Amino acid sequence: MSNISFVREKEIPQSPPPITESNAIRWVRQNLFSGWLNSLLTILSVYFIYVCLRDFIPWAYGGIWTANSIRECLDINPDVACFSVIGARWRQLLFGFYPTEEYWRPILTFVLLFISIAPVLIPRFARFFWFSLIYPGIAVWLLWGGSIWPVFSIYLAISLTGLVFFLAKNKFKLSSGFSFTAAILFFFLYFIFIAGPFIALFKYILPINLVLIESLQFGGFLLSMIVGFSGIAASFPIGILLALGRQSDLPLVKMICVGFIEFIRGVPLITLLFVASVLLNYFLPPGTSFDIIIRVIIMVTIFSAAYMAEVIRGGLAALPVGQHEASAALGLSYWQSQRLIIMPQALKISIPGIVNTFIGLFKDTTLVSIISLLDPVGLASLIRADQKWNGIYWELYVAIGLMFFICCFGMSQYSQYLERKLKTDNS
Amino acid sequence: MSDVVTERAIDRSKMEVSDEIAIHISDMNKWFGNFHVLRDINLEVRRGERIVVCGPSGSGKSTLIRCINRLEEHQQGKIVVDGTELSSDLKNIDKIRSEVGMCFQHFNLFPHLTILENCTLAPIWVRKMARKEAEETAMHYLEKVKIPEQADKYPGQLSGGQQQRVAIARSLCMKPQIMLFDEPTSSLDPEMIKEVLDTMIELAEEGMTMVCVTHEMGFARQVANRVIFMDDGQIVEENEPKEFFDNPKSDRTKLFLSQILGH
Repeated sequence: MSNISFVREKEIPQSPPPITESNAIRWVRQNLFSGWLNSLLTILSVYFIYVCLRDFIPWAYGGIWTANSIRECLDINPDVACFSVIGARWRQLLFGFYPTEEYWRPILTFVLLFISIAPVLIPRFARFFWFSLIYPGIAVWLLWGGSIWPVFSIYLAISLTGLVFFLAKNKFKLSSGFSFTAAILFFFLYFIFIAGPFIALFKYILPINLVLIESLQFGGFLLSMIVGFSGIAASFPIGILLALGRQSDLPLVKMICVGFIEFIRGVPLITLLFVASVLLNYFLPPGTSFDIIIRVIIMVTIFSAAYMAEVIRGGLAALPVGQHEASAALGLSYWQSQRLIIMPQALKISIPGIVNTFIGLFKDTTLVSIISLLDPVGLASLIRADQKWNGIYWELYVAIGLMFFICCFGMSQYSQYLERKLKTDNS
Repeated sequence: MSDVVTERAIDRSKMEVSDEIAIHISDMNKWFGNFHVLRDINLEVRRGERIVVCGPSGSGKSTLIRCINRLEEHQQGKIVVDGTELSSDLKNIDKIRSEVGMCFQHFNLFPHLTILENCTLAPIWVRKMARKEAEETAMHYLEKVKIPEQADKYPGQLSGGQQQRVAIARSLCMKPQIMLFDEPTSSLDPEMIKEVLDTMIELAEEGMTMVCVTHEMGFARQVANRVIFMDDGQIVEENEPKEFFDNPKSDRTKLFLSQILGH
């Protein structure tokens, strides 16, 4: 064995890989007709696709958009789709019974949604993350209306609580636990003593109001989006905490997390929604009105957080123990190592599962029709109960399905883009 | 297994052992469940010492050095590193971990970060160093381990030997007082072992306090100033390399050496 050390100091310049011969006929021969069995399968598949589309294409393409009722549709041509129902009721499908003159509010909220998720989804805009944080408040105020000050007061409470924690820890050098307790205490004191007078005062000085919209007026795709996106945004961090809690060394934390996850996963979502709509009122003190949409969001959130926790736990389990050891050996604290080393890798591994849960959650929002909230599916039943459109099935559900498909397909495409982008090895 | 690790003369001018104690382990015991892995360990490491720990697999040598930075918790006895006693006090543990660097058998680089980010992460987050300064330090050490041109690649794109050298640079960026090596060459191909050992020799030449678990007897012979032989969780024998290899005292050491040097 030679003992002269050899360490290459310069890279050898790379030569380009051979250009793969590409040629349409060659491609067809190689991929579609490479043998008698494959040729047969190709022909069968093409026939199958033809059979599927043979009736659907003329039905959808020749659809009638101008009739005023299903009767008129059938008189014009009974063999084609009657999309007129969508033309007549699209407002309801999108907004439910939200007042027409206030449509600009959900539309503006929807546009702002994209601005607020950009910093989360695209690293280049990460410095605008503050907007993502204030967006929920803006959205709530825009959608429900009323005075801006209650929403503002909540944000003020959170910021001041953070400030109290920061001051206690860094100015007065208190321990983390003590500062945390002080901050929480302040938070409650704020709501007991300060919030009420503060809101009243500013309502008087500077009344900024929008028309108040009742939760029961919400409906259609707007409702699905509200429940779906709030659920997604809230269940993700909760899921991470639950997954970490389940792996915790602290027995009590672990027990609570395991118990929560197992209980919630073992119960159908519909049961939870019923609890939200009916039972919760019995448990709450009389006179407290707790918004139905918020109740539904809470239930959907904890439901998908339990699933999310398990998906993320899978990612955590896939990480070699060496990653924990290396970050500990470098002196990183538990939370630093979770944030910088463990979670980025575990979440990357779990992207397919996470997006799966997101998509599942989004589609599950249609279950709120069971507790008589009017999401698109609930509205479909309502529209079909109308004498004018009684008997219409396909056209409505195709349209609703298409709306959901666009959203879910978008999420799936983003996740695939993310997986490609986060790939750091040569394979 | 080669007897010499390098043919060049090793520069011993800075390799001086001071009287100051860097690591002091006294009457330390450790169990995994009911299994008694480490028994009555007593060990003193002075600043500037290069110690090689060897022994058959399962003898507890990795566990021993993993106790020094609390990757494993000991149940009895006392470990004092740089004057700080290891207890369940998290502050002490964090302090010791930022003073003690460690290299692992499987490198354990962070695959989602570039080489440069791997090296700057701990200085930025633990030492609160400015990013620019951390990057300069990182490049300095990457040049030292001879891979500055790989700084923007990801660990998965490097060979094993390169990855281990990055791991060494990553530890050095924290400017540690003591370096622990847990079988740094055991998962490498023979031609890569050399480049990692060369890096370790250079480190020793600068006077770093090093505790290495390794089967590289050439390294032990030429670089170490003390060799420790462990078996069944006990320190069986410790001596200067020359005495240790030429004149082993216990039968277990003789058997081990005949097996490891026999071919």
